[in-house]
Amino acid sequence: MNKEHFQENCYVSGHTACAGCGQSMAVRIVINAAGENTIASNATGCLEVFSSKAPESAFGVPWIHSLFENSAAVASGVETALVHQGKKENINIIAQAGDGGTADIGLQALSGMLERGHDILFVCYDNEAYMNTGIQRSGSTPFNASTTTSPAGKQSTGNPRPKKPMVEICAAHHIPYSATSSVANPKDIEIKVKKALKIKGPKYLQIHVPCPLGWRIDSSQTIEVAKLAVNTGLYPLVEYEYGRLTKTRKISSPKPVSEYLKTQGRFRHLLKDQEALAAVQKVADKNIDYYGLK
Amino acid sequence: MFSILAAKPKSSQRNKTGSWRSTKMPRFNGKECINCGLCKFICPEGCIVGKEKNQYSVDFDYCKGCGLCAYICPKNDIEMVENKQEENKEK
Repeated sequence: MNKEHFQENCYVSGHTACAGCGQSMAVRIVINAAGENTIASNATGCLEVFSSKAPESAFGVPWIHSLFENSAAVASGVETALVHQGKKENINIIAQAGDGGTADIGLQALSGMLERGHDILFVCYDNEAYMNTGIQRSGSTPFNASTTTSPAGKQSTGNPRPKKPMVEICAAHHIPYSATSSVANPKDIEIKVKKALKIKGPKYLQIHVPCPLGWRIDSSQTIEVAKLAVNTGLYPLVEYEYGRLTKTRKISSPKPVSEYLKTQGRFRHLLKDQEALAAVQKVADKNIDYYGLK
Repeated sequence: MFSILAAKPKSSQRNKTGSWRSTKMPRFNGKECINCGLCKFICPEGCIVGKEKNQYSVDFDYCKGCGLCAYICPKNDIEMVENKQEENKEK
């Protein structure tokens, strides 16, 4: 406990994430940006498993895990209790979940939290599949990605459905702040968390976190791959305020999607299939046009 | 029963994950450092310490050798070198 880095961080070493884990990087930035006066709730997922291997915890702030679907609901309860006791001032409440716990299983609890107007920041760590249980497809898995439940082969080019637009689903609740961020630009995460915590009301932040195991990349490529996702237009960085698109990160010269796809094992099958590759390029072009990224 | 369900804060430190390091380990040359602090900021383990120019170092008790600090360093002052097993031992 005497070591310097244990005192400096609110989320410390010794957790059992894989080397180069994008989620672990993002969590530390989020929790450190929020500071010590924070209460965090957690959905089931990789984060819960690697950070709180019983009887240990990597968190230095009050932290609670209940079930897969109810991270937002538990945080809502914590917030309501604090407001009732008159202790809410200066305490940040963060609800955390992976993309499965946000887009699929936890969607109704999240929608309820947004609708009731709790003063909570919901952070979704989007690694684009159920990585903890063995890379199964989720609602947030991108188009044509190969996962264990949407394997690429002779009859299939991977996940047949496009990625669920979670940031817009949340923005459609007309909440004060709904944004995407990425480990491609780690400082951006810190800025957005600090900005969100200054706003009163429900906030949603979705962070793109590459998973070396599930995406089949090298552990040292985490940031590089995230950068390519942003620069090809496949992961637009946007901010919505009260339901309106207010800010986007512009890409002056978008890269072809093949540069992003060829770095990852989950997309390798697309490089031989020009038709499927063109379909993914279309997704990127649509994003650039829709959000006005150019 | 609840003593099992609740853990002490920051108690994960007893897992010396440095033993996971297989092939590479970072070496901080301490020559070109501009004190940007990015290595410390992004380390997924949070095991990099330092506050001044050329004074950054890594705690090998926990470093998993992912190589992201070497990737992000704008001055290429961090190198990934052959992992030395003796560093893995607890100090």
